[in-house]
Amino acid sequence: MSETVLETHDLVKHFPLTQGIVFQRQVGAVKAVDGVNIQLRRGETLGIVGESGCGKSTLAKLLTGLETPTSGSIAVHGTDLSTLSPQQVRKARRDIQLVMQDPYTSLNPRMTVADIIGEPFEIHADVAPKGSRRAKVQELIDLVGLNPDHVNRYPHQFSGGQRQRIGIARALALRPAIIVCDEPVSALDVSVQAQVMNLLERLQGELDLSYIFIAHDLSVVRHIADRVGVMYLGQVMEIGSDTDIYDHPTHPYTQALLSAVPVPDPTLRGLRDEIVLEGDVPSPADPPSGCPFRTRCWKAEDICAEERPPLVERPAHPHPSACHFAEERDVVHATVED
Amino acid sequence: MSDPNTEVLSQEGSAPRTPRTGREAPPLEVKDLHVEFRTRAGVAQVVNGVSFRVEAGETLAILGESGCGKSVTAQAVMGILETPPAAITGGQVLYRGTDLLSLPEAERREYRARKISMIFQDALSALNPVFTVGYQLGELFRVHQGMSRKDAKAKAVEMLDLVRIPAAKQRVTDYPHQFSGGMRQRVMIAMALALDPEVLIADEPTTALDVTVQAQIMKLLAEIREERNMALILITHDMGVVADVADQIAVMYAGKVVEHAPVLDIYAKPSHPYTKGLLESIPRLDKKGQDLAVIGGLPPVLTNIPPGCAFNPRCRYARDVCRQDPPPPDYVVAAQHTSACHFWKEVREGE
Repeated sequence: MSETVLETHDLVKHFPLTQGIVFQRQVGAVKAVDGVNIQLRRGETLGIVGESGCGKSTLAKLLTGLETPTSGSIAVHGTDLSTLSPQQVRKARRDIQLVMQDPYTSLNPRMTVADIIGEPFEIHADVAPKGSRRAKVQELIDLVGLNPDHVNRYPHQFSGGQRQRIGIARALALRPAIIVCDEPVSALDVSVQAQVMNLLERLQGELDLSYIFIAHDLSVVRHIADRVGVMYLGQVMEIGSDTDIYDHPTHPYTQALLSAVPVPDPTLRGLRDEIVLEGDVPSPADPPSGCPFRTRCWKAEDICAEERPPLVERPAHPHPSACHFAEERDVVHATVED
Repeated sequence: MSDPNTEVLSQEGSAPRTPRTGREAPPLEVKDLHVEFRTRAGVAQVVNGVSFRVEAGETLAILGESGCGKSVTAQAVMGILETPPAAITGGQVLYRGTDLLSLPEAERREYRARKISMIFQDALSALNPVFTVGYQLGELFRVHQGMSRKDAKAKAVEMLDLVRIPAAKQRVTDYPHQFSGGMRQRVMIAMALALDPEVLIADEPTTALDVTVQAQIMKLLAEIREERNMALILITHDMGVVADVADQIAVMYAGKVVEHAPVLDIYAKPSHPYTKGLLESIPRLDKKGQDLAVIGGLPPVLTNIPPGCAFNPRCRYARDVCRQDPPPPDYVVAAQHTSACHFWKEVREGE
């Protein structure tokens, strides 16, 4: 087994809700991330899936240092980031970079491509001496498959897929070991989406990168991830290898989520095992007691309201699942029995 | 698209026809529609000869990537295009044989919402934030049917019930921001259905929603379509959703329908290189593949569509004939299946 490059321990982020204007007092908290433990190994892709509001983007921000955790810790290469001095943190952050969702707003419209991709070198000036920056930027542009003649263009002159390539080049500038991709392809059309995903896979092989790949599209995650974590209301409900999650899901939420994904094959219409959930995701400011999923779960019993099921491995099923009644049900391949 | 007996459907051969006798004209038929946008950067040919028809109780999916003209087609059908900059330069939109494009605006209003109505992608921006949901829903009844406020409100509650919004009676006085994304989309559907239209156009109704909510909404739409024997036009870019609900599929590229076929046939044997490329480039939940097949290049800029077949610069089947004017005609590939590709045989048989 290869080394662990990134590990979180009981990571929590609560956003306080306040009342009053002058004397603000806290009346509650939005529990965006509520006790997340993940490990990322070298060269691996960990997919994080979940619906909107489940805390996956907050997790990405915590991992890249854009938000400070309320409690818990993040360790990169075994070093806990919270124990480091500000200078050291700055250095450690080079190892973990972010690719953002929307390539239309995450690039500064007033900067040329060369400036955008070269900006990390301005901040981390010791990585590349001034004279060599131009060459490094050219190299990055080449690496992500953009035309090197376009360095002096502005973002609006590029299409969505090309802009996402610029974002990826920027993330690669400091030669990170880990890249957090927050919905990198969800703003793109399918034909372009495939190009960007193939690029990410190629770069992983060439540069020995580890990815945290956050997406709401389960098919995309299946394609790229080695392991997958399913999040719901700030907690990881189930985590395992891609075959564990897609072919042998044991948590009811995972099963419902998988069965809701349309499969592009009309011959399976009406034959698939479809679980249509009732209602919406509860507010993370006021999550249900016990298991967060119990309000929409068809298996829920009294114990689910009283006790939060731990994310542990259960005897019959070898991957961790946070359900009292974890039971395998293959919803992806199963067809309804006659 | 409609007549499988002719070998090649001509591009211009759609002279105005009187409604067919014997069989009732379909609730919606679009013939050779052309729309262009006159901008400072030049004239963008957004819709270039789109034809399709839907029968009552049928679901037609219009599939395509962003910028292929699918939403503009829908807006032209509804008569809500902003003109200028848009201009409808040709074609017909026939509701039961009546050309809506030739009607004066006052008469056209009679058709909107009553006969043909539409659901938009982003429900939050389609609803008015300063009026309650009940008021906006009731407006349809007040304006179109001259109901009193009280009756309209009762009707609004009924409609919210129909789209399965829990506690409709209480929620009718809520504002749009108080609803979740899925609930807002249900309100939109309720508004579209209020006057019992015969054709419902759903423009990317679930794109902004999560998968579990998407499943709820698609199920609701399918049930309502069946109950009311309505024609449904589903505009989307998601090939998964389409496989689940559509009867007929029209694939659009650069403002043209490049392939039109029944759902089973198009997935089993795509006969246009673009459709084929699209199908190969989607990652699938039930299969883990290696590299995804990719359609190289980018969609054309609509102010400068390449001559011949618009797809030729990205096409692996392209030969000289594809790069010359005029664009390929619609070849009949199989029953009810047409493809605008010179080499459809090769594509269909495939590797």
